[in-house]
Amino acid sequence: MKYYTYFPGCSCSSEGGARAYGGSMRAIAKVLGLELKELDDWSCCGSTPSGSVDELGAFCLAARDLALAEKTGLDMVTPCSACYVIFNRTNSYLKQYPRLKAKVDEALAAGDLKYDGLIKVRHALDIITTDIGYDAIRAKVTKPLAGLKVAPYYGCQVVRPGFGFDHPENPQSLDKLIASLGGEPTRFPLKTHCCGGSLIISEEALALDLTRKLLESATSNGAECLVTVCPLCQTNLDAYQNRVNQKFKTSYKLPVLFFTQLMGIAFGIGEKELGIKNSIVSAEKVLLKYR
Amino acid sequence: MEPKIGVYICHCGSNIAGVVDCTKVAEYARSLTSVAVARDYKYMCSDPGQNLIKEDIKSLGLNRVVVASCSPRMHEPTFRRVCQEAGLNQYLFEMANVREQCSWVHTDKAQATEKAKALVNAAVRRVYYQEPLETKEVEVNPATLVIGGGVAGIQAALEIAGAGHKVYLLEKDASIGGHMAQFDKTFPTLDCAACILTPKMTSVGQNKHIELMAYSELVELSGYIGNFKAKIKKKARYIDTVRCTGCGRCSELCPTSVPNEFDCGLGKRKAIYIPSPYAVPNKAIIDAKNCRHLKGLAEGKDACRLCEKGIEKKGQPGCEAGAIDFSQKDEITEIEIGNIIVATGFQQFDPTTIYQLGYGRLDNVITGLEFERLTNASGPTSGKVTLKDGSEPKNIAILHCIGSRDTNYHKYCSRVCCMYSLKFAHLLREKLPEAAVYQLYIDMRCAGSGYEEFYERLQEEGVNFIRGKGGEVTDIAEKPEEKGKLVVLVEDTLVRRKRRLAVDMVVLSCALEPRADTEQLARILTLSRKADGFLLEKHPKLDPVATTTDGVYIAGCCQSPKDIPDTVAQASAAAARVLALISKGKVEIEGAIAYIDEEHCAGCKICIDLCPYKAISYDEAKKVSRVNEALCKGCGTCVAACPSGAIKGRHFTSEEIMAEIEGALA
Repeated sequence: MKYYTYFPGCSCSSEGGARAYGGSMRAIAKVLGLELKELDDWSCCGSTPSGSVDELGAFCLAARDLALAEKTGLDMVTPCSACYVIFNRTNSYLKQYPRLKAKVDEALAAGDLKYDGLIKVRHALDIITTDIGYDAIRAKVTKPLAGLKVAPYYGCQVVRPGFGFDHPENPQSLDKLIASLGGEPTRFPLKTHCCGGSLIISEEALALDLTRKLLESATSNGAECLVTVCPLCQTNLDAYQNRVNQKFKTSYKLPVLFFTQLMGIAFGIGEKELGIKNSIVSAEKVLLKYR
Repeated sequence: MEPKIGVYICHCGSNIAGVVDCTKVAEYARSLTSVAVARDYKYMCSDPGQNLIKEDIKSLGLNRVVVASCSPRMHEPTFRRVCQEAGLNQYLFEMANVREQCSWVHTDKAQATEKAKALVNAAVRRVYYQEPLETKEVEVNPATLVIGGGVAGIQAALEIAGAGHKVYLLEKDASIGGHMAQFDKTFPTLDCAACILTPKMTSVGQNKHIELMAYSELVELSGYIGNFKAKIKKKARYIDTVRCTGCGRCSELCPTSVPNEFDCGLGKRKAIYIPSPYAVPNKAIIDAKNCRHLKGLAEGKDACRLCEKGIEKKGQPGCEAGAIDFSQKDEITEIEIGNIIVATGFQQFDPTTIYQLGYGRLDNVITGLEFERLTNASGPTSGKVTLKDGSEPKNIAILHCIGSRDTNYHKYCSRVCCMYSLKFAHLLREKLPEAAVYQLYIDMRCAGSGYEEFYERLQEEGVNFIRGKGGEVTDIAEKPEEKGKLVVLVEDTLVRRKRRLAVDMVVLSCALEPRADTEQLARILTLSRKADGFLLEKHPKLDPVATTTDGVYIAGCCQSPKDIPDTVAQASAAAARVLALISKGKVEIEGAIAYIDEEHCAGCKICIDLCPYKAISYDEAKKVSRVNEALCKGCGTCVAACPSGAIKGRHFTSEEIMAEIEGALA
């Protein structure tokens, strides 16, 4: 058993838009022997949009969660790439900029909290591929995804900036993970390119074009489905796929799954528990032969 | 004789006096035990400053001197000489560093002054116990070893040989010439690299004072300045170099073709080959990894041997000189030399690790060195710049700073890339006048004689300069005109816009980095390396050719990236240093060394393995360890390690060190 503090974030919580991600994460955690203890009384991580309006407020929100997590003494894991980046940025800014830290400390003190900067925040993909490892994953596979062509999509946040748990330009962990499930990772040159992120709300045309590029790259390389490690990427690629088709007169029909859902299928977990039907572009036809 | 100490506080202009109250420090020094005189002065190292000390020694009968000024690395030799000139043994002098370790690093004047007082007190207490020591002189062997046969090594070897002294020139490859021999033209004058280098290479081959040891490596070094012994491995070439005439018939007969290293793998060579058209020595070599006969021998088969026997049916005879010798083995030879010049050069940064640039993945993304071979008349395409499919490129992008000025790889600037990129652009304008050439630069660094003028000339030649670092090279087309092209993504920071350049060829101007074997070489020669991995010079400004090992000098790109003029200048400087030692004939050995009290030595040999300079040997007859005075650097490792306390570090005795600590803490 491996123990972690678990931070679902707004998307992956049981009420969130990506509840299928949170649900499948918990389902595979059971199989892999990961004990995920949800952070008590967690709040918003600060999120990307709020930080551009009120930077200090956003840092305080993140620091609040970090301060709470520090009490547990365990590494904190989150399945959301945005939470992951924001917590790590907060950690590094608080170390780098003493003046910011003083202000954040003051805000925390008002709520009887204190943060010493000791918490390590890790992404779900990192703990699954690093702490569990591919061999242990392979051992749990009951329904190998033989022949399934999967586009491994990392998005822009999980491996950047800098050298984290995987290469920032040519990451391999998700590729290897797909292979260990018996699937076939396809060539996907845009695997770390941006999906449009939250610009889908303010700059829709720009974001749709970025999403289109990803869909084009994945399908032209023969992918039957695409897996992502980020709730927002999933939303943009799945929920806006039809909008892309309308705008660019295309006919993409690419199922977009969370990597934890794909693992769940290979581990023989029921589709209902994995929330496969929550997606807009149906994955059922593609996954039919692995049931 | 009771110690009588003179203390001198230097202002160093405002360097020290700006932060430390020197008058107060002098006043304080006067109050210390055994201090006969204490003065402060604007520049102690100046002539009047030095005379001040000399006169005090004579008139006041001082027998100890302390100068509180800069680092001993800077002026210890100066003040030691001053003492000697006034008749005082140089080891009765001590220096307190109140500049680098005090005034330069503090801002609080009161505290800095207190610290300066403590440092002066430490030096005063220490000097009290110092004893006069004698230095020794040893003879200098006039032979020199030059490691590396690139332009730096060649230059150094020719300079020393020109003065009539013996030089061993060691080259790991089968021919000398180094990277320069691979180049086509040289910037900014555009003279052909081969035309200016080959005469020098030939002179090396013909010079009776130079013993060229090609295809050889240094494996071990012992000894000390003036008297080194080097073990050299002559790798098996499988050719009797005395008999081989360099006719090249063997290569024509050889049935095995492999990528040619000299052409960066762009062309082919045979398994038996002459390294380049202007190889020195102009002798064949057999590549054991690919030779059918040598590979067969390992399996007990007698295969091929066409180079030796020839092809009878076609009437083609084999090697008529009888130079091929498959039985050759690696040989170790030992040579004795007095000085060593290290000129091992650089290696090109491997851009494969920068995945997004596509090198190794996308055709027609090439490195600078590959471009040199492509445009070289003796290269694989006879100087025609072509794409992989043999067609001519219509547009070429040259990307600067690949692996340099990049926190992910090398922080430093490689200094030559801007200039060789300009040279490439010029050659392209000349050879393919219809083709568009783009330079993607961060900023142009054209500092050197005639360099800026060359840059201006290129601007007039119609080269497109884009200020921005090429971020990605991709083959994913977004527009019809990008189909089948390489697309370079760049942010043009002058027009503040992201651009997509569709080109046929991308040249990566890669960083110069330390050779992969630098660490091993540094270990053999006991040299230090800088944070960036290049070899460390003794002083970056005042002694850029010497190293921390006496008698070992460095020249060229093994020290830091540099262009050909700087490399040649440094090689000549290193040679001059060696010649100065040779002509002096003798070298002085430091007196502050370890001394073993034979009475107390138990012969445990612990010190022998610990000594980083291999200076301690074991006397079997007396069963005691013994210090070679010429080798010992006085580092003190053995002194601290000796379990019976039999080793004393002269000039660093326990008494002296304890007194110094007490002084600093008083």
